[in-house]
Amino acid sequence: MVWEVVIGLEIHTQLATESKIFSGASTRYGAPPNSQACLVDLGYPGVLPVLNEKAVEMAIKFGLATGCEIAQRSVFARKNYFYPDLPKGYQISQYELPIVHGGHLDIVLESGDVKTIGITRAHLEEDAGKSLHEDFDNQSGIDLNRAGTPLLEIVSEPDLRSAAEAGVYMRKVHSLVRYLGISDGNMQEGSFRCDANVSVRQKGEPKLGTRTELKNLNSFRFVEKAIEIEIERQIDVIEDGGKIVQETRLYDSDKNETRSMRGKEEANDYRYFPDPDLLPVVVSDKAIEKLRSDLPELPDAKRSRFESDFGLSSYDAGVLTAQLDTANYFEATVAAAGDAPPKLIANWVQGELAAALNQDNLDITDAKIPAAELALLTDRIQDGTLSGKLAKEVFEAIWDGEDSVDAVIEARGLKQISDSGAIEKLVSDVLEQNPEQVQQFKDGNEKVIGFFVGRVMQASQGKANPKQVNQILREKLNE
Amino acid sequence: MHDKTLAQLSDDLAARRVSSVELTEHYLQRIDQHDKELNSFITITRESALEQAAAADKRIKAGETSPLTGIPIAHKDIFCTDNVKTTCGSKMLDNFVSPYDATVVARLAEAGAVMLGKTNMDEFAMGSSNETSYYGVVRNPWDKEKVPGGSSGGSAAAVAARIACAATGTDTGGSIRQPAALSGITGFKPTYGRVSRYGMIAFASSLDQAGTLTQTAEDGAILLQAMAGDDERDSTALPDPVPDYGAAMRSPWEKISIGVPENFFDDGLDDASAVAIREGLAIFEKLGATIKDVRLEHIHLSVPVYYVVAPAEASSNLARFDGVRFGHRAEDVDDLTEFYMRTRGEGFGSEVKRRILTGTYVLSAGYFDAYYLQAQKVRQLISDDFERAFSDVDVLVGPTTPTPAFGIGQKMDDPIQMYLNDIYTIGANLAGLPGVSIPCGFSGGLPVGMQLVGKQLNEAELFKAAYYFQQETDWHEQVPAGYE
Repeated sequence: MVWEVVIGLEIHTQLATESKIFSGASTRYGAPPNSQACLVDLGYPGVLPVLNEKAVEMAIKFGLATGCEIAQRSVFARKNYFYPDLPKGYQISQYELPIVHGGHLDIVLESGDVKTIGITRAHLEEDAGKSLHEDFDNQSGIDLNRAGTPLLEIVSEPDLRSAAEAGVYMRKVHSLVRYLGISDGNMQEGSFRCDANVSVRQKGEPKLGTRTELKNLNSFRFVEKAIEIEIERQIDVIEDGGKIVQETRLYDSDKNETRSMRGKEEANDYRYFPDPDLLPVVVSDKAIEKLRSDLPELPDAKRSRFESDFGLSSYDAGVLTAQLDTANYFEATVAAAGDAPPKLIANWVQGELAAALNQDNLDITDAKIPAAELALLTDRIQDGTLSGKLAKEVFEAIWDGEDSVDAVIEARGLKQISDSGAIEKLVSDVLEQNPEQVQQFKDGNEKVIGFFVGRVMQASQGKANPKQVNQILREKLNE
Repeated sequence: MHDKTLAQLSDDLAARRVSSVELTEHYLQRIDQHDKELNSFITITRESALEQAAAADKRIKAGETSPLTGIPIAHKDIFCTDNVKTTCGSKMLDNFVSPYDATVVARLAEAGAVMLGKTNMDEFAMGSSNETSYYGVVRNPWDKEKVPGGSSGGSAAAVAARIACAATGTDTGGSIRQPAALSGITGFKPTYGRVSRYGMIAFASSLDQAGTLTQTAEDGAILLQAMAGDDERDSTALPDPVPDYGAAMRSPWEKISIGVPENFFDDGLDDASAVAIREGLAIFEKLGATIKDVRLEHIHLSVPVYYVVAPAEASSNLARFDGVRFGHRAEDVDDLTEFYMRTRGEGFGSEVKRRILTGTYVLSAGYFDAYYLQAQKVRQLISDDFERAFSDVDVLVGPTTPTPAFGIGQKMDDPIQMYLNDIYTIGANLAGLPGVSIPCGFSGGLPVGMQLVGKQLNEAELFKAAYYFQQETDWHEQVPAGYE
């Protein structure tokens, strides 16, 4: 039986406003519990929400970047349920009239094909607080610092057909919100998290299968793994003659399994209705056009530009533009470089630099080599001062805290010998010392040339320009 | 002193014929004397009142006075008052000391008003008789076996008995105008959004509006002047500038056109009240107003619409009273569900529970369209009716309530009868319009109120009509026996 997988994602991204969506309290992460919850966040009697316009602007930017229709009038609604970390007994969200809807986002699949994923809607809402069940003897603690933090919930169409596609899509959305500057996308801090709706059906079946919702997947890897394991589970259930129950399931990353949280029969009736404390959000065309003109260059446009301006392959351009910080670093390096071609710089950013960042678990913004130094390093390769091998040594030295490319070259005497006179001298010495091998060459053994190159490089302590060594050797041997 | 109006006392204070401390002491003494019987106050803030009075006297001495500087007033206990118990008439908040001032409270304090205390009210403003209060019934100064009306019953009784010079109230379906009518005073509900709701414990957010309970329209104008205006803390507060109500009120009378909703004079209206209102209309006619019959086609639906919309919003607004952060909390619970059930079961009274249940029901999946959405549509029709009427007339005049004050306990077992008491007042809330009830006579020895409803944001015109009426009549000067 051939199974088709159908996945839709709901991504909750925390908007990078300084204050909360309905109060003036700070959204800064990591403050002592309840130190950033004002009376509005605490849901005290008599307090009222006042909308943070910055959150609206950020949501509209997302809408514009994904071809959504921007609602001229959107409405906040109350989603009513009881939970101790939900101070008002309702969450202010958008229900029937979201701020943006009906957009799309292109993703590049592993095959290189481009696939368009529909974006059903994105709506604004406030986050709840946090319940802390450990640390308290037989009691729970409530931290309301997060209560009222602005979230944009981005709902995709069920257009994704594999766990891998879901991962690519999630990465793309992550990249986009960072490009737009509307979220820091920090997953450890919960600024970017995802629920996945997953179902399977037989290939060719027009009707969707019963779906389950996987909750709170807070890393790209977990999204992929959770969906994979859930697909397997669903297929097993059906193939064993069972039925999928519509329910919410939690992914346990330790056990790599999903398990039921609550069934549909226990589902809350949220009793949504328009929040009478807030006016409808009315956005003028003028305001939308202003936000549109303020949009930064987005990933797809940047990728095309990298291909055309820098002569990079589509693949290289894709990798370099996936993260805004990487693209910025690359562009800064290109701008600072003299003769080094962008392709050489691209190789270094994707090669040495990426490896070093990975090893030290650093973001590119914290790279221990500034863009200007990497530019210099590639220039020195380009002008023949450094061989590739020596350049790596210089890179490592800078990474480990040394000052500048030129200083390292100078201090360690790493400068490549490109003076043909000096190399001729080294070559002559080596040939003189090894008459036997010279004779072998003359007898037609071409391979022996490697031996001579090795000796010359050894004699130069690796600093001789290998290209020149090769050339001069051949000239001399053929004399 | 207490026989004087706010406006007169204001002049006396400014002319330093009396000090605010003397005045405040006098009212506090009257509260001590009369309130055991009336039960109109939940909290008396004696010490802070005297401190505020002393501060007011200093301001007056320094020449920086406003008409309210040094005037002793009372706040309905629905307004949050910094460092003072704020109960909303509920056991749920019996232990709640607010950490902040409502905008209304802050603005009146800023104007120099002295707070005597917090007045009794129906629990969470849900009631028309002040009988649902956790703190007991309030007695009507005109007849202590009768209710003072509600929900601002404490404020109405206190002003009627002259134990407070003036008081604040809130009006969701008539909670200022109805008790004002039943207690023989002037009760003013402004346009929805004219006064900030910040710090006013929410009952039904799309209907709630703060206003005044005073002896006269002139006093109401002075009080509202200080309360009204935009507030960055309330998104629904109206940004329109606040006109000078006093100046507008005293400006020369111009011919106005008064509409009388004919369906307000149907069988439900007490005969003697009808006579009093007709006589009141005759006064306006004498003043040179033209009187016209108007028809509010859907007004008979206002009570059912109200009892869908208000409970729906209330069921959500009251969800925050869960015992987690403030207020009553049940002891010895085994799990979260029991914690919620017992906390709310113990903390809320039966009328509040009835409305939460009603509201939860009308918002539930499968019922939402039939009740909540339908009610919103009819609400719009009622609004449209008013708009149509106001294309032809300047002010609508009719009764405030179907009957004068009824007996304590008389309607408690029959919620529908109780709800029908607000049949004439609810329309103005649904349409967000300003309304005022002024005394216009007596029925069986009990005061009768006449209601004036005005156009959106046309408070000034209402004040003016009421003011001119009170220049021609002395119903508002009548004081219940024993409180002269």
